[in-house]
Amino acid sequence: MRVAVVQFPGSNCDEDTVRAVTGVGGRGYLVWHRESELREPDAVIVPGGFAYGDHLRAGAIARFSPIMRAVTAFANDGGPVLGICNGFQVLCEAGLLQGALMRNRDQLFLSRPVSVRVESIETPFTSAYQKGDILSLPVAHGEGRYVASPETLAELEREHRVVLRYAADNPNGSARDIAGITNQRRNVVGMMPHPERAVDSIVGNEAGRAVFESVVLSPAH
Amino acid sequence: MPRFKVEVKVMPRPTLLDPEGQTVEHALHALGFHGVKGVRVGKSLVFDVSEPNAANAETSAKAMCEKLLSNPVTEDFAVFVTEIL
Repeated sequence: MRVAVVQFPGSNCDEDTVRAVTGVGGRGYLVWHRESELREPDAVIVPGGFAYGDHLRAGAIARFSPIMRAVTAFANDGGPVLGICNGFQVLCEAGLLQGALMRNRDQLFLSRPVSVRVESIETPFTSAYQKGDILSLPVAHGEGRYVASPETLAELEREHRVVLRYAADNPNGSARDIAGITNQRRNVVGMMPHPERAVDSIVGNEAGRAVFESVVLSPAH
Repeated sequence: MPRFKVEVKVMPRPTLLDPEGQTVEHALHALGFHGVKGVRVGKSLVFDVSEPNAANAETSAKAMCEKLLSNPVTEDFAVFVTEIL
């Protein structure tokens, strides 16, 4: 199972993500943003960080890097694509996911564990969970407030496309406590929490491991 | 070809929460500017562009806003064009 992890200037969770993939038996590898080929992956992850320094808006510039053409083509072909944190912002800017992520309600950069509920296991990145599972996962973002038009929010709910929801407190003011969503075809997922930071007992939290198990160990999506 | 100065103003949608604007507003109140209300923080971009006429400069600046300079989900934009004489 080959998982390409896209690396932008300013990505800082890229190596952790490769390690998380490798830790569950996948073959994770980095792909530099200037490349145009993903080198035949089975899945793609756009990791967290501050691609292009978040200039203009988080994800706004990264969206135009050469590799994003390949990511978009892969996603449009039905390939599994996960955006984590800044990766979620990039996928929204690229139009692969609906909505946008704005400055946190309380103006603070949040770096702490939050409690999230798994709302849908019908995605390539959550299939190894049980619906309703409550996970403690770290978040680390300044712009994580999910916003979308009322029509889009209604559509996400109707089609059960909210994948993760903040379960205890809503840390950033996201609409409907949304922490992660999927697209209509359910092959593209974006989430603000960092599952790749919660895959080892040595850090005291393995709640994120099943994100990588879902995509690496499950039969072809 | 004539050159135009373009100013693009990008603002968060009025219906959306603007925490940065609220923080600035609180600071203004703390400084004694008690009459201040409804602070919104956006951004302004300025650049020069060569186009055959002002209408073309405006059309092209609007296209830039739609493609890159603003986010259609969260922001509104306004474009101001003046010829550089």
